[in-house]
Amino acid sequence: MTEVHNLGVDAISCHAWNKDRKEVAICPNNNEIQVYKRTSSGWKLLQNLQEHDMHVMGIDWAPNTNRIVTCSADKNAYVWTQEGDGKWNPAWVLLRINRAATCVKWSPLENKFAVGSGGRVIAVCYFVSENNWWQCKHIKRPLRSTVTTVDWHPDNKVLVAGSTDYKVRVFSAFISDMEDAPGNGPWGHSNTLGTLLAEFQNTPNGGGWIHSVVFSPCGNKICWVAHNSSICIADATKGNAVIRLYTEHLPFLNCVWMGSNSIVAVGHSCMPMLYSIDDNGQLYFVSKLDNTQKKEAAGLSAMRKFQSLDRQARTDTNDNALDSIHQNTINCVRKVSNNEFSTSGLDGQLVVWDLKVNFNSTSFLLHLCDRHISMLTN
Amino acid sequence: MFLLQSGTLKPYLAAVRRTLTAAMCLENFSSQIVEKHNKPEVEVRASKELLLTPILISRNDKEKVLIESSINSMRISIAVKQADDLEKLLCHNFTRFMTMRAEHFIILRRKPIEGYDISFLITNIHVEQMYKHKIVDFVIYFMEEIDREISEMKLSMNARARICAEEFLKRVSIYGVT
Repeated sequence: MTEVHNLGVDAISCHAWNKDRKEVAICPNNNEIQVYKRTSSGWKLLQNLQEHDMHVMGIDWAPNTNRIVTCSADKNAYVWTQEGDGKWNPAWVLLRINRAATCVKWSPLENKFAVGSGGRVIAVCYFVSENNWWQCKHIKRPLRSTVTTVDWHPDNKVLVAGSTDYKVRVFSAFISDMEDAPGNGPWGHSNTLGTLLAEFQNTPNGGGWIHSVVFSPCGNKICWVAHNSSICIADATKGNAVIRLYTEHLPFLNCVWMGSNSIVAVGHSCMPMLYSIDDNGQLYFVSKLDNTQKKEAAGLSAMRKFQSLDRQARTDTNDNALDSIHQNTINCVRKVSNNEFSTSGLDGQLVVWDLKVNFNSTSFLLHLCDRHISMLTN
Repeated sequence: MFLLQSGTLKPYLAAVRRTLTAAMCLENFSSQIVEKHNKPEVEVRASKELLLTPILISRNDKEKVLIESSINSMRISIAVKQADDLEKLLCHNFTRFMTMRAEHFIILRRKPIEGYDISFLITNIHVEQMYKHKIVDFVIYFMEEIDREISEMKLSMNARARICAEEFLKRVSIYGVT
């Protein structure tokens, strides 16, 4: 079942769940972070975290250590820890960046996090117990523009970043002060912080701001979405080969892996889209996951219809609502469970989607049949 | 610059609509030049990589729309058809009337881009507060209406001039005869 939650805010710029998905932290598109708890009678506001001065750009909730990290356009990041009475307390992070912090992500072991910044720098932060504060090291080169997105490899030592200079870069994020064994994964040997392990251009000619990049669950592939409405996948086990799929939809802003071969992408189209990788490694469109029916326009005469088609180049004139659940851009998607994910958007809705329900939908079955037929005829 | 040309009204508006829908994919973006600032990049023009290729859609050499987009803002500039001096005057007064009240129109830019009669500036904040497809509708509606408005004003102006002239000439003829 698709669950639509309305938290009573105008817009949600980002959200993050706790470990058991009973609580959610959202940013209502301002300088606050609100933590809600799911109760039998709806969502209950637990605390309003007010420490940032400007727009909160990123929230990430570490599931096991139960800490929230937030970053904001005021150049600061805070790590929030829960006290015995359930109240969240902030700890300031020494970021040393001179432009807005744009994105933040906990590492899989939750002992480090990465903050991307408009100052063309990625800060990899870790806790120094001697000083009792969060400190960071910078990755600067060869970033040429704002870092819009970061993600961690499952081995905790490699991170990937996308930026508005149309490039996706894989860096080593090994910190010798706190980690002993350097990583040696499919992306290369990571023994110093900031080593550039791979670099991908969004298109062969350049172009297209990177909006989101994520590692696959196994860590061998990265998937990114960019402003030219494309979805790309790079595979480290196949010599960093890139598969690009240019879609006809409006640009995607965020994506998440659902299993090892499927990707859900969300963005300006206001609907989540499911993409998959076939046996030959090609990326293909599976289905739109929003099955909302088109609303009937009552009292629209044929003459009015043709008139508006002629004058305004569109069929209906009195449609305020879109034919989808989300009514505005979706800018955040999170995995909830193996077959569930949640999306939030500028319309203030938080929606939890179940892939199983949508997998059983007729459109998907038809699509599968089509694919089998085309495979047989080939 | 990318150029589209279309003679009749319907494909012209359809091209504008589609371009606007695609260009209006905006997001919140803090300045990477000045700290703690958040400015429309299409106006600041400080970082080249944040601007998209401008698109010029023209119906003929007089009527055209320039759509410039960036990561957090876009600008639509409209050149209105002006066949003669009277239409030029009417158009100037009409756009002046509107730009002086720009705060009521929310997305209207106070000063048009050079070579155009009226400009709109749409930022990510507008897209967050209003329906995107309704903003597109508004711009298309405005484009149709301004043509009609000006030709109506021209007609009523001519009618008024005719009445004035008649009244004036009546007196001339009265005094001339007696």
